[in-house]
Amino acid sequence: MIAIVDYGVGNLRSVAKALERVGAEVRVTSDADEISSADGVVLPGVGAFGKCMDNLRAAGLEDCVRSVAGSDTPFFGICVGMQILFDESEEFGPVKGLGILPGKVKRFARRTPDMKIPHMGWNQLQISERGRAPQLRGIPDGAFVYFVHSYYVDADASDLAASTTNYGRSFISSVWSDNIFATQFHPEKSQKLGLKLLANFAVMAGEPVP
Amino acid sequence: MLTKRIIPCLDVKDGRVVKGVQFVGLRDAGDPVECAARYDREGADELTFLDITASHEKRGIILDVVRHTAEQVFMPLTVGGGVRTEDDVRELLKAGADKVSINTAAVYDPDFVAASARRFGSQCTVVAVDARRRHYEGTSGHERPDTVPPPWAGTYPELLVNPEDRTGWEIYTHGGRNPTGIDVVKWCRRMEDLGAGEILLTSMDRDGTKAGYDIKLTRAISEAVAVPVIASGGVGSPEHLLDGLTVGKADAVLAASIFHYGQYTIDECKYFLSSRGVKVRS
Repeated sequence: MIAIVDYGVGNLRSVAKALERVGAEVRVTSDADEISSADGVVLPGVGAFGKCMDNLRAAGLEDCVRSVAGSDTPFFGICVGMQILFDESEEFGPVKGLGILPGKVKRFARRTPDMKIPHMGWNQLQISERGRAPQLRGIPDGAFVYFVHSYYVDADASDLAASTTNYGRSFISSVWSDNIFATQFHPEKSQKLGLKLLANFAVMAGEPVP
Repeated sequence: MLTKRIIPCLDVKDGRVVKGVQFVGLRDAGDPVECAARYDREGADELTFLDITASHEKRGIILDVVRHTAEQVFMPLTVGGGVRTEDDVRELLKAGADKVSINTAAVYDPDFVAASARRFGSQCTVVAVDARRRHYEGTSGHERPDTVPPPWAGTYPELLVNPEDRTGWEIYTHGGRNPTGIDVVKWCRRMEDLGAGEILLTSMDRDGTKAGYDIKLTRAISEAVAVPVIASGGVGSPEHLLDGLTVGKADAVLAASIFHYGQYTIDECKYFLSSRGVKVRS
C-alpha cells in the first residue's frame, strides 16, 4: 500500500487517481502510523513553501515524514513536496524546510521579458549523467513533463540531481538520494510519461503493477 | 525549453458539452469526459472547461464532470465560469481541477483574487479577462451600452479608462455586453499584483468570428505582465494560433470550434507551428 500524505494542501485526488490507474493500492491519509507502515510514501505539495511546512507541523507529521525519508521506504515528493525536503526557501522567507537534503529554494529571476513566472507548462528533462534513477526507467532524455512553479531548487550538492531542466538557467527538476525520489514537475499531470514514472515508483514499493 | 501550450476549451452546460462538438467516433460527443479523453489522446497540453450553467441549483454538476475527468485524464485542467467564492474555488480544486479561472467576481471584488492566491496559491488562480477595443474598427453604428462601473471605481480611478481617449481596450462583463470602464492593460497588471498566476485573455470583438486573435491586444497584455498569458477569441485556422504565439507573444493559445468540428486536430496544429519554428511539445 502506498500512502499519500494528507496535510491539508492541494489536490491529492489527481495523485491518488494516477497511482490507482497504474495499478497501485493507495491510501490518502494523515495517520502517522499508517504512513510509517506503508510500502511507499508520496508527499505532495502546492502553494507556498512556508504554508506547507506549517501545515505539516500542524498535522503532527513532521517527525513521521522525516523518519520515513530516513528509512528504506520508497519516498516520492512532488512539487513543493520536493522543495520542503531541502534546507530552506526564500519564498516569503527565508523559511526553514525539513533539511533532509542539502540545498536552497530560490525564486526564478526574469532574464528576458519573454520569460514568464510562474514557469508554467511542458518542459524537457535532461537525465543526469550520474546514472538513471530507477524511477526514471523508460523515461527518455528530453522527455516533456508538466511544471508549474516560481521557485526552484538550487542544490548545494547538485550530484543529487536525477534530472535537470532549463528555464533561463538549469535547475534541478528531480532529485534522487537512496530511497528518496522527488520531482519539481507533476507526474500526475504529465500524461503517459508521468504515469510511467509513477508506475516505476509503485513497483519499487512492491505494488503488483502490470 | 518551455514549449507553447495549445489548450482546447469545452463549454459545458448542465454537465453537457455545448457548441456542438463533432468528433468522429465518439460514443457521446456531448459528454465532457469523453471529449477530454479525446483531446488527451490528440496531444492537448491542457484542457479548459467553461461552465455556462445558468441555474444555481445545477452548479454542482460541474464538480461531477471535473471528478470524472480527473479520474481518466492525467493532464492539467482549468475550470472557469461562475466562480464567486473561495468555497467555489476549493470545491473545484478538491474535485480535481488544477486551476480555477475567475472572471466577473474579480471585477466586482478584486480582493477575491488576492484571497484565492493566498489560500490556494497563485499557480491555480487564473484571472479571465473579457476585453473590447475602445475604438470599434469597422463596426460603424455600434451603440456603446451604458457603463456599469464596479463598486470600487471611486477608490481606484487609476484603473479606469480615460473617457476622452478612444484607444486601448476596456473590460466587459456578462459575455461582452456590459462595459465597466476598466482599462484592460492596467487591470491585468493589477491582477498580477494581487496574485493572479496566469491571465486568460479573450477578445470579445473577435470571439466567434474566426478572424483570428486580436493580436495588438494579446501583445499589449503579454508585454505588460510577467505571468503567462493565454490568448483567446477568434481562432479560425492554425495560422491564427501562430500569430497569437509569435506576433502576439502569448504563452498559450486557447481555441474551441476549430478543434471541436474536426477542422484541425491538435497534432496538425502542432505540426504546423513546429514547421514555423514555434517550440511545441511533440
